[in-house]
Amino acid sequence: MGALGHFIEREGLATAQISLIREQTAAIRPPRALWVPFMLGRPFGAPNAPDFQRKVLRALLALFGRPSGPVLEDFTEDAPVDAAGETAFACPVSFAHADTGSDEPVKAMRREIAQLAPWYELARARRGRTTVGVSGLTIEQAANFAAGFTGDAPAPVYDASLSAGVALKRVCDDLKAYYYEAVAAQPGNLSPREIDRWFWFETIAGRVFLAIQQACLRSDDKSLQPLGKLSLVPRAIAHALAEKARTAA
Amino acid sequence: MARLSDLPEWERHHHLDKISALPDYGVTPYVLGPPLNQRRVAIVTTAGLHVRGDRAFEMGSADYRVIPGEAPAGEVVMSHISVNYDRSGFQEDINVVFPIDRLRELEAEGAIGSIADFHYSFMGASPGHTLEAKARELAGLMKKDGVDAVLLTPV
Repeated sequence: MGALGHFIEREGLATAQISLIREQTAAIRPPRALWVPFMLGRPFGAPNAPDFQRKVLRALLALFGRPSGPVLEDFTEDAPVDAAGETAFACPVSFAHADTGSDEPVKAMRREIAQLAPWYELARARRGRTTVGVSGLTIEQAANFAAGFTGDAPAPVYDASLSAGVALKRVCDDLKAYYYEAVAAQPGNLSPREIDRWFWFETIAGRVFLAIQQACLRSDDKSLQPLGKLSLVPRAIAHALAEKARTAA
Repeated sequence: MARLSDLPEWERHHHLDKISALPDYGVTPYVLGPPLNQRRVAIVTTAGLHVRGDRAFEMGSADYRVIPGEAPAGEVVMSHISVNYDRSGFQEDINVVFPIDRLRELEAEGAIGSIADFHYSFMGASPGHTLEAKARELAGLMKKDGVDAVLLTPV
């Protein structure tokens, strides 16, 4: 982010950036930066908090009035927390994945997706939008394509112009977005961390994703290996799983 | 939450370890301009956003996507390669990442002069130095749009 400030300002345009990691921004020294204490992924604080978002935006815009730079100022007010708050951070991880019954995981994931459909549709209606759709597949097609990587013979890539890794990443993003949007419509007002833990430790999809990751790591396909290493399972989840393994040993 | 002191040690190290590998971008340029209420503002995000149907981002993408100012929120999606940040906020409200509605409100009250016709997105997982050519190209486009204040927003 800070690099863009250097490049664009050198072309004669004034810039002001949000900083989420203050130490990195201080090292890069962009022209104007406002450090905010919000979680990664939320540079303007919190969703559906227009007054607070406006406050952050005004503080950012105010940097254009500073007579000299570089400028690195702090916005120290924490983002508003919803009813669920961050209490989930202290919750134990259950690792109680949903029961697949007698079905293989792929079939069970399809059933799980069908069960979530009313919640997903409710979320889409309430929000007036969905972020599902990067792959261009229906959610059922996405589930079938992703699950194929847990077996011996993955389906051919649905778009011949894409590598298997790129196609699988888009499909997995769509599946996760579907689950995250659906669960957010359910009662309980889950915090972001609660949603993460629900997806990774309580759903069949989470179990399938972990199997896909292992398949990527074993694959000879060079487009799948980086996906397995970096872009499928979050660091926080990988650490939680490693900690569980250590505890069990 | 993004206070490093609040993060687990492994996560803190992950972010701090990146600092030693950052390039030196040299002397910081600093461009002055008119008062805020006369400025034309554009957003350039590194959130990996694009209009539905446009090219999704991939590992190593160093180019940008155009987000027309009138694009409905429902047409803007995210294809960032990282899975290590929250997406639930963006799913719920685009403004937590891309504050287009808040900008419109500030324009309506006269706090800023105007909003650019076009906004842009890179994908922030790509190393900063790889973005230079496209960032300079983008600056030229924004000048043609009359922009003189660029908001840079990460995820």
